[in-house]
Amino acid sequence: MAKLIFLWLKCLVSCCIVEAVFEDQVGKFDWRQQYVGKIRFSHFDSHVQSSKKVLMATEKNVFAALNTRTGELFWRHVDKTGPEGNIDAFLLHGQDALLVVGNGRLLRSWDISVGGLNWEVVLDSGSFQSACLIGQQDTVKHVAVLKKTVISVHYLSNGHQKWIENLPESENIDYQALYSGGNGEVYVLGIVPHSHIAIVVYSMEDGEIIKQTSVEAPWLSNIQTSCAVVGQGMITCVDSLTMSLYTLDMHTQSKMTQIPLQSLGLEVTPHFHPVLVSHQPNAAHQPLSEFLLQLGPEHHLLLQLNSGQMVVLRDFKPVRHMTPVLTSCVFVSESEHNLQIDILLKGLLHLSLFNAETGRRLLDTTQFLSIDPNVGKPESIYVQAFLKKDDSVSYRVLVQTEDHTLTFIHLPGRVMWTREEALSEVVTMEMVELPLTGTQAELEGEFGKKADGLLSMVLKRLSSQLILLQAWVSHLWKLFYDARKPRSQVKNEISIENLSRDEFNLQKMMVMVTASGKLFGIDSKTGSILWKQYLNNVPSNAAFKLMVQRTTAHFPHPPQCTLLIKDKDTGLATLHVFNPIFGKKSHITPPALTQPILQSLMLPLMDQDYAKVLLLIDDQYKVTAFPSSKNVLQQLQETDLTTTQIWEVIIPTEIQKVVTVKGKRSNEHVHSQGRVMGDRSVLYKYLNPNLLAVVTESTDVHQERSFIGILLIDGVTGRIIHEAVQRKAKGPVHVVHSENWVVYEYWSTKSRRNEFSVIELYEGMELYNSTVFSSLDRPHAPHVLQQSYIFPSAISAMEATLTEKGITSRHLLIGLPSGGILSLPKMFLDPRRPEIVSEQSREENLIPYAPELLIRTEWFINYNQSVSRVRGIHTAPSGLESTCLVVAYGLDIYQTRVYPSKQFDVLKDDYDYMLISSVLFALFFATMISKRLAEVKLLNRAWR
Amino acid sequence: MALPLSSKITIIFSIFTILSTRFVSCNNGRRLNNDPLEAEFNSFSVPLEHSFEVDDVANFEVRGALVLKAGREPSVSLAQQQLSEYDRAKLKEVAAVDGLYRIRVPRVLLQADRQTERLMDGHLTAFVRACAMVESHLSDVITLHTDVAGHLIGVSIVTIPGACRGSEVEDEVDLEAFNTTLSIMAPVNAPGPETALFLERMELETEKKGKNPQEQKSFFAKYWMYIVPLVLFLMMSGAQDPSGGGAGGGAANGGGR
Repeated sequence: MAKLIFLWLKCLVSCCIVEAVFEDQVGKFDWRQQYVGKIRFSHFDSHVQSSKKVLMATEKNVFAALNTRTGELFWRHVDKTGPEGNIDAFLLHGQDALLVVGNGRLLRSWDISVGGLNWEVVLDSGSFQSACLIGQQDTVKHVAVLKKTVISVHYLSNGHQKWIENLPESENIDYQALYSGGNGEVYVLGIVPHSHIAIVVYSMEDGEIIKQTSVEAPWLSNIQTSCAVVGQGMITCVDSLTMSLYTLDMHTQSKMTQIPLQSLGLEVTPHFHPVLVSHQPNAAHQPLSEFLLQLGPEHHLLLQLNSGQMVVLRDFKPVRHMTPVLTSCVFVSESEHNLQIDILLKGLLHLSLFNAETGRRLLDTTQFLSIDPNVGKPESIYVQAFLKKDDSVSYRVLVQTEDHTLTFIHLPGRVMWTREEALSEVVTMEMVELPLTGTQAELEGEFGKKADGLLSMVLKRLSSQLILLQAWVSHLWKLFYDARKPRSQVKNEISIENLSRDEFNLQKMMVMVTASGKLFGIDSKTGSILWKQYLNNVPSNAAFKLMVQRTTAHFPHPPQCTLLIKDKDTGLATLHVFNPIFGKKSHITPPALTQPILQSLMLPLMDQDYAKVLLLIDDQYKVTAFPSSKNVLQQLQETDLTTTQIWEVIIPTEIQKVVTVKGKRSNEHVHSQGRVMGDRSVLYKYLNPNLLAVVTESTDVHQERSFIGILLIDGVTGRIIHEAVQRKAKGPVHVVHSENWVVYEYWSTKSRRNEFSVIELYEGMELYNSTVFSSLDRPHAPHVLQQSYIFPSAISAMEATLTEKGITSRHLLIGLPSGGILSLPKMFLDPRRPEIVSEQSREENLIPYAPELLIRTEWFINYNQSVSRVRGIHTAPSGLESTCLVVAYGLDIYQTRVYPSKQFDVLKDDYDYMLISSVLFALFFATMISKRLAEVKLLNRAWR
Repeated sequence: MALPLSSKITIIFSIFTILSTRFVSCNNGRRLNNDPLEAEFNSFSVPLEHSFEVDDVANFEVRGALVLKAGREPSVSLAQQQLSEYDRAKLKEVAAVDGLYRIRVPRVLLQADRQTERLMDGHLTAFVRACAMVESHLSDVITLHTDVAGHLIGVSIVTIPGACRGSEVEDEVDLEAFNTTLSIMAPVNAPGPETALFLERMELETEKKGKNPQEQKSFFAKYWMYIVPLVLFLMMSGAQDPSGGGAGGGAANGGGR
């Protein structure tokens, strides 16, 4: 018993690896960047004069406030993904931001100064149509929410419902818009398409219907896209078929007045749906009587409706000789009614302010701004105008461009900050080693070149030695120079020019591909963006695959990455070949791909320039090789590349469908071929590099009959190595496949919990052929061991650590929905964990089986730096065997290092050199002295 | 408990194998299958075809008949002819150019009630190197895989031995008859977490504790001489070495590999 407990303790000690960071290590090896995504609604906080907040609700269901001075986040609230957390409307009133979330499910009020929730109410079911603030006698105290069949009014102060009313004839009439002019009435506008408009007027006090009218409008199909309320309750609509504007006074008239556009001397650009924009600066007052009319993609007008009279105040028609392209016009609220218009002129942003009442341009408000042609066209702009101390008008602009970059601009054309929101949706990434420095490369180059005569070789050697000497001297000089400066001023600025590999290859270039089609090169040490490249011809539903064809190891050939961009619908693909260190497009022209691509694969073969060969298989089963030089074709022993089917496994789709196919990573090394058992024999691992793990899910979703299938198939021979079924289970399944094991996680419908299962494959006590593995010559099926565990949390991403030589023990990195990244030792997922502890299992250091895997807080590698919505985890080896680089990406990006077996090959930061050397010296002198003393003693004895 | 671990593993393996496979007779091909089995209601036969061509264009010919017996425990047997002289020569020729020896079976559904429902469109194919077939003297292992519903989803063929060493093969003696080991495999049920057994063990342990309380009570008193130095050692090492003794940890962890 004593022995058992003793061993238990030993076991615990050996497996409880403390992995927490010390306080002084926070941020030393890791960094996190937080993003919000593409803006859907945005408002400037104009409540306080000196406020520096801009509030935004985004497509990613995030509500956030940014600092307008620096672009940093003040606070951020991340809601559920998908339609459940979708932000439908965003209204700002003073300190309160009102959000309608989840197709009208929730109404929330946030305090924007601190980002706290004021209140939240659950609304009645029904699809959301519109929301607006309601003012009465110069104050705004209520908010109205219009749904398909009901309208409800809530107090702004506490969210309580004031009244709720069913809409009349809601089965026929499609109610779409809300309007309140600040006089205690709420107007609901509905439409029966191509027939009439229905206007219902409710009393603000008790929700009684005051008036109900219907107006003929056979040309109208949608109010929200064609109409706007202008001035004193005038509905103004535009119709492209009849080329007319229609107006209706909601208070008095019952028939629409038609104003042909021709009478104003205007015409619509063909195939363009005209857009009307009105502006209501304050919910307690009526909208402006001025409105914007867009008649063409580049043609905007400022019109005024005054007592039934339509006047064109200004025509922002492109001036022919300047060929400016007008992209957008927006209203800007301030005490004065200003109108902002911007003109894009061939990569130059031209912004000016106009007075809305007169249509005249304001003095000193025009700015030209050169925008990086690499960011795409501006998509939307948000403007904040304010009065300066001398009462002149100034403004700041937030521009969102097609590549989801946010740029904040101050009046004299100064870019205050930019945010790369494309990084909130990283699709795939790679980590590429940095190149050698110039001098190192020079030396390398010397060895690479062919020998040409003794003398020239000697000269070359001498010249490279000279260069090294020069570099050393300059380095010394720099050290001397820096030593005189205070420590804080010496900064190692990372720029693209001085990029070079560090001693242990810990610093790498992270090449990230985002869904918007923008590529980034990020320094893994600091997180600074070193290059970016926007590919503007990427389809919106593209799938990406990033491959490293040539690493930096082949000087003088530059490293080369290839991005395969495939349209998911048509299957047509393009290749983008670039240098991953500088982001520049390569001069190598990739092959033109005219057929839809079915599959792509990288071969381990290299051409004469050390670029790995990429094969692309099209729907005609023809193969395109890239690069396709003669050398490559020679190596492939083929001039005309075609494919032949040699094996076929058919999984009937009516029973189960394949969800994931996972092979092993090509850069993975396995150090040990087997495991030493308790009796000193060796259990050999089944290390098949061609093994694929295929995961299927049943089509039957009933919780009793649903199952998950796991097939292990040899990719070369098509042999099914193992086939298992996890009954009463369903996805989503996360799989990691490495070495001789497969770990997968699923949802058990029977026990209603998340479970982990691990499969390990062993050849047995002896190897069939220990020198080389061939799928064609391995007749005996491996032994399969499997065990399952309960995991107390759902997971959102999973990956295994990877090190240079594979000596370090493996950990699983698990991204949890809570934002933590867990580093779970693979030891705990071992099908050989014994249920009954025996002498031999103890000898092997196996942990006794326990059905539950516990989450220990010290296993979180990201301490309090939560990573929202982790979508993927990327691991890469470093030059140190103990160290693995980890990048988790999702809404945020988090980079860190992990040491699965701790830093066994590095001396600690606080290693006491002084103590060790002083002890050494002391010992040395002690021996010297004692030797001397001993000699003297011996001599004395001899004399005696 | 007394068994060495290796033999226990072997037992587990063999249980796995027994559970998942049902080996059936290997037929030496001398006679066609005239068993009463065939007449039975559940069994039916499908052709096993093979192809080996010098130009590697598939041209499948019947090699034998697979007799599949459906039911709760599906089984399979094979009746096959000897290789003709022409085929033997061709196989050697194909082996000489390192061609492929392919086999295929039609897709079938084992659990169907009617004969017409059993056959489905398409074939399942697999291959070995022809030279491996020749050098193993036609000793092959064919495995049929089914899914949960009894659809045949894959076939695999390996030869024993599987390597091509270029050894001489005598036509008449070695390439006359197939020596086939045939099996059919259904998916294994993956185990769930073993909570019941674990709880049982826990209960047993608590029971044990309850039985002799003296021993438990005096545990610390009995073993303090082990615990105190250990705790001291841990504290010392913890204080000295906050990140936890580099190489030692690595080695201790190495067991996980």
